Amino acid sequence: MTVVETAIVSGRIDRPVRQRGVIAAAFGLWRARIGAVIVVLLVGVAVFGPFLAPHGATEFVGPPNTNDVPGLLFGTDRLGQDVWSRFLLGGRTILVLAVVSTLIGLFVGMVIGLVAAYDRGRLDNVLMRAMDVVFAFPNLLLALVAVTTLGRRSWVIILIVAFTAVPRVARITRGAALGVVERDFIGAAEALGESRRHILGAEVLPNVAGPLLVEANLRLTYSIALIGALGFLGFGVGLNQPDWAQMINENRAALSTAPWGTLLPIFAIGLLTVGVGLIADGLGRAVAGIDRGRPS
Amino acid sequence: MGIAKFVVRRLLLGVLTLFIVSIVVFALTQALGDPVRAILGREAQPESVLAKREELGLTRPVLTQYWNWLTGLVTGDPGTSFTNGVPVLDVLGDRIWNSLFLMAISAAVSIPISIAVGTFAAARRDKAFDSASSAGSLVLASMPEFVTGLLLIVLLATNVWQIFPAVVRIRPSEPPWVQPSALVLPVLTLTLGVIPYVSRVMRASMIEVLESDYIEMARLKGLPERTVVWRHALPNAIGPALQVIAINIAYLAGGVIVVENIFNYPGIGLALRDAVTDVNVPVVQFIAMLIAAIYVIVNLLADVGTILVTPRLRTGLR
Repeated sequence: MTVVETAIVSGRIDRPVRQRGVIAAAFGLWRARIGAVIVVLLVGVAVFGPFLAPHGATEFVGPPNTNDVPGLLFGTDRLGQDVWSRFLLGGRTILVLAVVSTLIGLFVGMVIGLVAAYDRGRLDNVLMRAMDVVFAFPNLLLALVAVTTLGRRSWVIILIVAFTAVPRVARITRGAALGVVERDFIGAAEALGESRRHILGAEVLPNVAGPLLVEANLRLTYSIALIGALGFLGFGVGLNQPDWAQMINENRAALSTAPWGTLLPIFAIGLLTVGVGLIADGLGRAVAGIDRGRPS
Repeated sequence: MGIAKFVVRRLLLGVLTLFIVSIVVFALTQALGDPVRAILGREAQPESVLAKREELGLTRPVLTQYWNWLTGLVTGDPGTSFTNGVPVLDVLGDRIWNSLFLMAISAAVSIPISIAVGTFAAARRDKAFDSASSAGSLVLASMPEFVTGLLLIVLLATNVWQIFPAVVRIRPSEPPWVQPSALVLPVLTLTLGVIPYVSRVMRASMIEVLESDYIEMARLKGLPERTVVWRHALPNAIGPALQVIAINIAYLAGGVIVVENIFNYPGIGLALRDAVTDVNVPVVQFIAMLIAAIYVIVNLLADVGTILVTPRLRTGLR
């Protein structure tokens, strides 16, 4: 965060950051390219997989937990359902939930960060202190507390995951925007009598787009991890629905005898988070070497 | 203002944080959500809902419930379990110590290793070890604990090699150190979650120190590079990394939730999963407050520690 701040203050990013430049620079790096290939591959599985699944999600195709049913690539799961089909069907939920919650968290955090930076007064203080409180709580714990009585409904999971993303996004946005709001063109816009919404949206926002883009990718990694952890603990959406994280939870008891029901989704979630993380790192280097703190 | 005043102010801030956390925890479980509906399901008869509500003491106004819960927490009586009426503290019992033990061991293993990795990488900047550790931490930093933990099981416990047990087989009443081999994989999982973050900041801090004048001086005096790095540079490089070290120790408090469930380790993380499954609200609330308290305390200690090891900040306190 401080690196970005100093980079902006020292005038290294003097003109509005052109996003395409950042993205192009990022994908000049091998890590970002590898990340992109991985992500495209897995998003492809999640999006097109359901059309390719040879069997239905809850179709019984053989005895439970076996590897050698003819015609099945990866055997059956604990209920005698086809592992490969459920794997192809199971990527959508986690991906959609993660992307939607990240976008919501990103938007709210961005608004709070921009408003706080522009205010620089008491409102700034109150908002940032409030964000600090959220940091005093592990994300997974918050999610577990929420699903206890609110239930494992999609909207509960989306809102809580979005909520956990807000403080960090707000902090990053504020940090990047602090150097922008003091510049002359903001004063000029104020003198022209532009509304606060216009100044923040049209003048400040484009100048913090770079750091926000990095943060968006980082947040997506942690959203996938958090939703995955919920599913792994048995609090995913819907019983026996095909879902990568839930597959791990359901099939891992048979890990030594019929490993594929656990291994395929582990590889998928692991690769997906690593892929998005690699892109984030590449973008971070392209923007200004953003420090990647511990997700809190 | 001296250090004492600073500590007092941070303490008060910590208490305030925990107070707000308590509101959030209570609101999520008992105000926004309805425990009775969650236990009985949506199709439950109104009479049985009312009876259950009476039984669990949920008929009083929400604010009264909150007040009773909060005063109970502060006086060491966090209520009784919904499922069997046993006091929450008895339900958890030794599990709290088991989890603290796992956290402590993991911190004791992971922090020194992370510091060593970061220092080593900085001392051999851009050499093979540096590149390898930075690539490794890039991958590990993104990977969720449940993925790391299960991959370790596949690799070291069940499918590839059978070196360590995949699950901890100790009763909650037994101390966790009766089966040391079962602790290896849980500790390793948490350690792999800490190393990327701490080693990265350690490397950056070390590089900065190694470029300073007094290190140049030490080198010119002809001291061996090893002495320069580990004796002269390291103590000064740890200070700036303390904050991140603390965040990662606090992370362990949350990390044990997943790790205990991967390895069936009898701690509060395992208890939390069961409590959420059973809608055992008092247990969930207590574990949430406990972990938040550990978080706040560790961060407080880190702030004080950072001040104590950084003379510039110590004198600058106002």
